[in-house]
Amino acid sequence: MDTMYSSLPLLILLSPLVGFFINAVVMPLKYKGFAKTSADTAGGIATFFIGLSFIMALMVFAKLMGSNSQNPSVMTYCYEWFNFGGLNIPFELRIDKLSGLLVMIITGIGTLIHLYSISYMHDEECVGRYFSYLNLFCFNMLLLVMGNNLPLLFFGWEGVGLCSYLLIGFWYTETEKANAGKKAFIVNRIGDLGFLIGMFLLFRELGTLSLTEINSMLHDSTVVARIAPSVTMICLSLFVGATGKSAQLPLYVWLPDAMSGPTPVSALIHAATMVTAGVYMIARLNPLFELSPLALSVIAHTGALTALFAGTIAIAQTDIKKVLAYSTVSQLGFMFLACGVGAYQTAVFHLMTHAFFKALLFLGSGSVIHACSGEQDMTKMGGLKKYLPHTHFTMLIGSLAISGIPFFSGFFSKDEILYSSIALPHGISYLFIVGVLTAALTAFYTGRMMSLTFYGNERMSHDVKHHLHESPALMTFPLYVLATLAALGGFLGVPHLMGDYLGHMPHFLSQWLEAVVPAHHLPLVGIKIPLHEGVVMVGSSVIAILFYWAGVTLFKRVLFVKDLVSGINPLHKVLENKYYVDELYGKIIVEPLRKISAFSADVLDKVFVDGAVNGLGRGVRRVGSGLRILQTGDLQTYGLMMLGGVLVIIFFIFKVLV
Amino acid sequence: MISTTCLLSWMIFSPMLFAVIAILTPSFLENKLRTLTLIQTLVNAVLAVVLYVRFDGYSAAPQLIHFVSWLPEWGINYIVAIDGLSLPLVMLTAFVSPIAILATWPHGELKKEKFFVSLIMALQTGMYGTFLAHDLFLFYFFWEVVLIPMFFMIGIWGGKDRIYATIKFFIYTMVGSLLMLVAIFWLIHESTHLPGANPSASFEVLGQLKFAFDGSSLKTVFSSPQTYLFLAFALAFVIKVPMVPFHTWLPDAHVQAPTVGSVFLAAVLLKLGTYGLMRIAIPFFPQAAFYFSEMFILLGVIGIIYGAFCALNQTDFKKLVAYSSVSHMGYIVVGLFSFQKIAIAGSLYQMVNHGISAGGLFMIVGFLYERLHTRNLQEFGGLAKVVPMMAIAFMIMTLSSVALPGSNGFVGEFPILLGAFQVHPIYVLFAGTGVILGAIYALKAYQMVMLGPKTRNDLDHLHDLNAREITAMIVLTVFVFGIGFFPKTFFGKSDATLDSYANQVIYKVGHP
Repeated sequence: MDTMYSSLPLLILLSPLVGFFINAVVMPLKYKGFAKTSADTAGGIATFFIGLSFIMALMVFAKLMGSNSQNPSVMTYCYEWFNFGGLNIPFELRIDKLSGLLVMIITGIGTLIHLYSISYMHDEECVGRYFSYLNLFCFNMLLLVMGNNLPLLFFGWEGVGLCSYLLIGFWYTETEKANAGKKAFIVNRIGDLGFLIGMFLLFRELGTLSLTEINSMLHDSTVVARIAPSVTMICLSLFVGATGKSAQLPLYVWLPDAMSGPTPVSALIHAATMVTAGVYMIARLNPLFELSPLALSVIAHTGALTALFAGTIAIAQTDIKKVLAYSTVSQLGFMFLACGVGAYQTAVFHLMTHAFFKALLFLGSGSVIHACSGEQDMTKMGGLKKYLPHTHFTMLIGSLAISGIPFFSGFFSKDEILYSSIALPHGISYLFIVGVLTAALTAFYTGRMMSLTFYGNERMSHDVKHHLHESPALMTFPLYVLATLAALGGFLGVPHLMGDYLGHMPHFLSQWLEAVVPAHHLPLVGIKIPLHEGVVMVGSSVIAILFYWAGVTLFKRVLFVKDLVSGINPLHKVLENKYYVDELYGKIIVEPLRKISAFSADVLDKVFVDGAVNGLGRGVRRVGSGLRILQTGDLQTYGLMMLGGVLVIIFFIFKVLV
Repeated sequence: MISTTCLLSWMIFSPMLFAVIAILTPSFLENKLRTLTLIQTLVNAVLAVVLYVRFDGYSAAPQLIHFVSWLPEWGINYIVAIDGLSLPLVMLTAFVSPIAILATWPHGELKKEKFFVSLIMALQTGMYGTFLAHDLFLFYFFWEVVLIPMFFMIGIWGGKDRIYATIKFFIYTMVGSLLMLVAIFWLIHESTHLPGANPSASFEVLGQLKFAFDGSSLKTVFSSPQTYLFLAFALAFVIKVPMVPFHTWLPDAHVQAPTVGSVFLAAVLLKLGTYGLMRIAIPFFPQAAFYFSEMFILLGVIGIIYGAFCALNQTDFKKLVAYSSVSHMGYIVVGLFSFQKIAIAGSLYQMVNHGISAGGLFMIVGFLYERLHTRNLQEFGGLAKVVPMMAIAFMIMTLSSVALPGSNGFVGEFPILLGAFQVHPIYVLFAGTGVILGAIYALKAYQMVMLGPKTRNDLDHLHDLNAREITAMIVLTVFVFGIGFFPKTFFGKSDATLDSYANQVIYKVGHP
């Protein structure tokens, strides 16, 4: 590769960092104070720099596309970050076909969300701070996907966690929001410990942390045999990291709380990019995970269970953002299900389509919230369709996509996941059932969300109704772009079965990723459950349409499932309260920790450790009684002591220098 | 201008010369004493830069040796030298000192200021001397020199319970020091058995001494002289670190000490302990150190977790930071006793990094105390709106403290954990919980001070950082991210020494 291209990854990475510096340092200096930059200026700067990254990402993408090489990549070697005692970690960036795709998503959707934010955050204080965080997030996220070794990936991994913390707690004067940020950081840290341990184990076994080296070493059968005893441990440790960042059971609890951040943040960080980091990591290390069927099975089960678990909670929520948050947890579960059955490509495919439609849905919900003067409770909405035609239209597309209605993007990726779970060697047939169930739930709660928001009776207060307005073009433009992607993005991954009818349309994504993330052959008939791919496809389409339609129509008049089915009340209450998981964690983790810490500080340290010392001290106290001169404040005594000291020192210096 | 041979001695004694100037300052100039201190620390910082430039990073041997015969008949000489182990710590001392002076300048009057600034200067002489001495007795001399100014600083300018804290500090350190002194004389005596038959306390000579050690059973261990020598030194050093269960002097000393004392205590003084372990206890008695290594690692891990739990429960901001020091210093003990090259290097880095982050955090505590005269976390809240500069500075120090990648904290903790994991995975797993607990108490403290609603009405009139406080914080910030992004630039000159040090120690363990 020529030199111009080899510096592009670094420039893509640094561009948002420059934006961060301008908004965080230069503008406050210019205006002599914080919170004085206008939204247009701050947003313009931030958008410019992430947009610049997007343009450069396009150039790299085109370069990769035009390359004849089997596994093309563009690399920047910056400098040696660490190099000591066998631990060699260069600061090295690499864009190959997998990270290239992710870079496109991050910078592309990132740019749209920056644009949207200019309008959405227009009347807020401290927009400069907001946009600087947003740029800093993009920097870290890009580092996460471009870093060519695990410590650099971890750098980005923790960095996005920090930005997430800062942005969730953006309105920090409210204790609840500050708490949500803190919770996100701490829960993520639990996962990060797993990630660290995974890295340490890998280093012990392979002596390197470079992604390229790890993946190429795993082609060597002697290496594979050598690490066989610990490979499950490595994969599971890394997966613990993924459950933290990608909000899976049991560490998903931070994501719903994270909704207290500004809505564009939820769209960018908590839907499209950061939360998919775990999926990226597994896809990136797929040769490693391939070696441990046990770890894969754990991943598949965790994913499927999370998908179902979060899907059921989403049904009973009234906060529009909470519905989307649980939906995100659920969809991420789908991605892990795909990883777990060995369909890494499909996981990346769903990651991409999910980024399109979930960013769209979040931004749409932001537009709704904006229109309703900050109201997030869907029971106080309804009938918004005629007031917000653009928002409704685009969100409808997003909803159809997430529900898996043919031929919107979600249909293709979700279908591929479902079918993979019965057609691949690692597939697990009952997880297919769980997947289908979750797909039905997804369509159902999405329909309910649309119905409660846009259809049915108008339940807004008079004031809110009075102020209802469609969002400005700066907000609807990103919605339309994302709607287009959400509608058509699936055609990047047309299944062969269907592609043949469409004039031999190839599965573009599969071909694109093949060199980095090889796919297992997907037979036409499932091997775990003998169902033809076409049957699964038609079946899941029917289910999606049926449940979406049910969701929309059933909730035109009623608000809750419990109003439809009598006798479901107790169960519904459990769902409304999210299975009481937060309460449970409070009891079994937070409270004991608090008690241990109180015991350590108040009892152990004061009574035992210090008690022993004080007992000793009391005996010595008499000897130390001379120390009381300190209390007298007698200047002459000090003077005498100092004189003595100085004499000693002068004598010493004299002795040394002569 | 400065001849290379005396450069190190200049660094050690120039603070003393300034102290003499300070004492001789006529009373009408006494309001300039703080400026004098600043000049003094800056002079040393300049000397340190000269030193850094002249230091040959490719050599593992002690450099810029200054030898003066002192008490040759006792084998005691004035030998100062520098190598890759002391270089980062000397640089840390040289840069933290002016920052500490800048950041902790009290807004009001200070009683007996002349004496106070002389103590600060004497303290620096002691610290530089300890890091640079290459004669064991000289090391001990400077080690004790450090004690005295600290003792007075807490005892005279301290808070309400200063006498209790002073006595505790004094007794703790004296117990360790006395045992060390006995061990030193033993070592000097042993040195006469070497060929040449002259007593010597120089590191170079003592490094050649070999003491019998038989680790086959508990009985043989405790009849080996190496065991007693090692434990005598190690005890003196771990008290200073401080390692649990010898740590309770630290929270009291910190809470009572004036801010500048706390900053020096956290940033530099604690490192004397780990430096001693690294320089003397481990390489001189490698087999004994290795035999007891698991015990020390266990205590280090307990320190990490226990310190974090204690920190979590504090409402006194200063005590919280003090316990966080106990926790973070535990990593260094784990790293040093893992006998792994990567972890040993990480330990040295962590010494500097903890100096920066803990020093910075104590400065933040000082800023708040200077303005609000309280350290009670419950009396703060929502300050980020009122004092945004302070909020940013505090956030950066918090990130450094929780070892976020890209900050200096990560550069120390990551190699320690990675290296130690290779031999003690289970201990490291537990040590790793410090990563989580550290985030909990650090973010808790940050939130209680900066976020949430305001708890007091008078907070609105709080002044944000002034120019000198901002300067101090900017310099620290440069170090936090400079080291975080470019560790090789800052620590690269230590590579050769660290490499040969680790090789020798590991070799000696296997070849008694």
